[in-house]
Amino acid sequence: MATAAVSPGYAHAGEKSASGLWSWLTTVDHKRIGALYMYTALSWFAIGGLEALIMRWQLKGPNGHVVSAEVFNQLFTMHGTTMIFLVVMPLSAAFFNFLIPLQIGARDVAFPRLNAFSYWVYLFGSLFMNSSWLFGMAPNGGWFGYAPLTTMPYSPNLNIDFWMLGLQILGVSSLAAAFNFITTIVNMRAPGMNLMRMPMFTWMAFVTQFLLILAFPVITIALVFLQFDRFFGTNFYTMTAGADPLLWQHLFWIFGHPEVYILILPAFGLVSEVLPAFSRKPIFGYPVMVYSGILIAFLGFGVWAHHMFAVGMGPIADSVFSVTTMLIAIPTGVKIFNWIFTMWGGNLRFTVAMKFAISLVALFVIGGISGVMHASPPADLQQTDTYFIVAHFHYVLVAGSLMGLWGGVYFYYPKITGRLLSERWGNWHFWLTFIGVNLTFMPMHWSGLYGMPRRVYTYDAGQGWDIFNAMSTWGAVIQAIGVIVGFWNIWSSRKNGEIAGNDPWGGGTLEWSIPSPPPDYNFDVIPKVTSRYPLWDVKSPELTADVPHSKHGDERNDVVVGGKHVAAFHDHMSAGTPEGGVNPHSKQAPTKVPLKTAEELGIPMPYPTIKPLWVAFFMVLMFASLLLIHKDKTQLAITGVIVFAVCMTSFLYGWLTSPLEPEHH
Amino acid sequence: MTDEFTHTNADIDVHAMGEVHEHPTWREYKWVALILTLITVGEVWAYYLPSFVASAAFVPVLLIMSAAKFAIVVLFYMHLKYDHKLFKALFTGPLMIAMATLISLLFLFGKFVKR
Amino acid sequence: MATAVASHAHPPTSTGLDHRKIAIWAFIGSECMLFASLISTYLIYKGRSVVGPFPHEACDPPRCATHLNAILNIPVTSISTFVLLMSSLAMVLALAAVENRGKPGYEGILGSSKLWLLVTAILGTTFLGFQAFEFTSFVHEGLTIRTNLFGSSFFTLTGFHGAHVTAGVLWLLTLLAIDIKRGLQPKDALLVDISALYWHFVDVVWIAIFTLVYLIR
Repeated sequence: MATAAVSPGYAHAGEKSASGLWSWLTTVDHKRIGALYMYTALSWFAIGGLEALIMRWQLKGPNGHVVSAEVFNQLFTMHGTTMIFLVVMPLSAAFFNFLIPLQIGARDVAFPRLNAFSYWVYLFGSLFMNSSWLFGMAPNGGWFGYAPLTTMPYSPNLNIDFWMLGLQILGVSSLAAAFNFITTIVNMRAPGMNLMRMPMFTWMAFVTQFLLILAFPVITIALVFLQFDRFFGTNFYTMTAGADPLLWQHLFWIFGHPEVYILILPAFGLVSEVLPAFSRKPIFGYPVMVYSGILIAFLGFGVWAHHMFAVGMGPIADSVFSVTTMLIAIPTGVKIFNWIFTMWGGNLRFTVAMKFAISLVALFVIGGISGVMHASPPADLQQTDTYFIVAHFHYVLVAGSLMGLWGGVYFYYPKITGRLLSERWGNWHFWLTFIGVNLTFMPMHWSGLYGMPRRVYTYDAGQGWDIFNAMSTWGAVIQAIGVIVGFWNIWSSRKNGEIAGNDPWGGGTLEWSIPSPPPDYNFDVIPKVTSRYPLWDVKSPELTADVPHSKHGDERNDVVVGGKHVAAFHDHMSAGTPEGGVNPHSKQAPTKVPLKTAEELGIPMPYPTIKPLWVAFFMVLMFASLLLIHKDKTQLAITGVIVFAVCMTSFLYGWLTSPLEPEHH
Repeated sequence: MTDEFTHTNADIDVHAMGEVHEHPTWREYKWVALILTLITVGEVWAYYLPSFVASAAFVPVLLIMSAAKFAIVVLFYMHLKYDHKLFKALFTGPLMIAMATLISLLFLFGKFVKR
Repeated sequence: MATAVASHAHPPTSTGLDHRKIAIWAFIGSECMLFASLISTYLIYKGRSVVGPFPHEACDPPRCATHLNAILNIPVTSISTFVLLMSSLAMVLALAAVENRGKPGYEGILGSSKLWLLVTAILGTTFLGFQAFEFTSFVHEGLTIRTNLFGSSFFTLTGFHGAHVTAGVLWLLTLLAIDIKRGLQPKDALLVDISALYWHFVDVVWIAIFTLVYLIR
């Protein structure tokens, strides 16, 4: 696996941290799993981007014929599915994995092996879904796979089977991870870190997990109906049997709209970490930021039918969903203003991470406003299924989520690998992306309002769309160059980047108090937290003067951060020891100050184990066997399901009955 | 969900921390079972009263009886009544969203409109 | 939590609660949405089947080709509902037996966790037996999962519930095996507790299904 090559320098942290393929296959360390998520998601990002480029090249001018209509259908379906389920969600999951335990002062997640399982299910599920390309049978029903279009009479080939089974598998991964993170955040916070002291990223991650556990069961059931219809001949989406063509749409969007917030809230969280660090100010209006995040999530369950104004639900339903949709703009707008006020009067530093974060704030507003425009049913009827909608959701997903996630990558790469990404390459990456994104998606507002429908594989000249399509295509090319620069930066900086030290950006939260990359036990002594910015309390108390602290003022002098008492910590900082402050411009690895191993410290660490990987592997094979039903090999399919289910269950029992970690007292 | 099936963590002794109150015993449980049985008998009985089935009260009464059984099992058998408020929140929150979604769907599909 | 926690052990959890119990409640919350989707679909499609058999009323020619009985068998389902309710009673007694092992009043039958786990599993299996009987008799009367909207949504909804009961029975038998092998002690109560929560939740779902599917016409 390519990802093994970028193994961070864990070599000093004991036997279990050995690098090598086997150590990655058996790892239960949330930091390594986070890194695996990140590199896998970035790989799929390259694939999904390539799919977009082919489509854009086809649409560069009128009557383009690079690919056939059928391949075009497969491209836009897989582009959407890949970017949502294989890129943005897992990239968010990478940060959940890596950051949540570090930000709350924990040594791992609540269920380390379940965490490994989530990753392997994601990996195998994504490979399964994309293996359809090898058969020329990639999904072709759009990322929302509207039934009855996706039922047997209209989609008789394996394309939709790959899609629905793939999504079902990926749902298992997301759900397992969500239960894990909810438990972790509820139960593993360091002493003193009450809910209103959690870092904003952890808060938004927390909210996102609830969206996941409530939204994914609904798509699971909608997909089960589709599977039963396709495999067993049930009637859920059979119109001649009296079925309702809106059932799928409703169930899909009950999932689909919360999914939108699943995609954006983690990026919001990352931006809420980046902006305070580079403004050297606590986040403005922390409680309001928390409540608005919760409110967005809650309202997110009451707006789904605004995706369906064109189907004719009647004036009452249209009005209700229109109003709830407009309401949701309020907490979102609150967040935008709070970010601006966080920067206001701050001591701003325009690093690459900061630029990405600011561009989220700026560009998300554009996507948000076009969203409020089609919250109004009469306006939506003009805009639905045109490129105006494509412009809208790319402004929230690319200019929003992805910009925020790139900001997170630049901000946290040093914590993950111990080395900074190059700011020089990073600036090229940022500006190419920024220009490319706007050049691609801004003209789509016009092509959409001039009537260009979504999903057309080619179009005639003379409809006023040519110039806007040409702009979009060249914008996409610029974006692609930007992404290549970004990938090059990630690849080259892992060996050549400047040594980061514990705290390269002067952050205020716990993850910056420990070495980069962190030892496998994270914290040798669990920190004690007295405010929202425990590290600023120690290093720059003036920044947190206005932030609420524990009542006993002298508790602040008792803070233990990064295993050091405050006084001692201060000494280390000023003396510039390798653990506290490295010379930031050195490209040489510092003389290794051997960190103590978990064993020396007596910290029980979970055993590495291969079992979650096998459970995930057999589960995916179990789902994959169902494909044979449509090859008229029902017997073989059933045999496959049973055999793989037995294999899966036996590895599951093996996993559940083996101890997590050495006995301790 | 049962990642650490056989792994008992000596440091996390819930009972020692006094967070969980005493669960009910056989004395209460047998009454709970009796009440549940009686309501079930009532439900089935109502089903066999043609005049009552035809009346407007039939559906609401059955829904109330069902909700009562639901609540009794959750409060006593799942001892949510005696347990940490976190668990109450983890259950009632999703339950409310689920019921709101169900009712909205029935409304959207015209189930509350007399035909 | 006044001083920094000694490094050699796991720190106590923030809430004092066990991870596994929080996870199972979050899981149950998630399952609410799963069954809400299934039940919604059943109710949305209620009365929309084009051909018989129907749940509550018979179907005669010319509407149906032949005479078809109302399909639902209320007496049998009432019994299986009662069986599942009683399994919940056995389940709480199993938990009480493990929690109170060795305490006065739990020497005899009330203290036998093996017995109550076994009884719960048997009652669960009995419920599944009733369901198998119900499904086969429906098929004999001409209702399969392919017949009409009622068949599709009914078999999927109750089948999903049955699958949950099956998983629960396997879980209970696993606990029983552990109990026989090494004896479940009060410190293991949590293992029984989380399986009991799952079991009762499956029961609660059936309470809703029994009313919404079987009783309300």
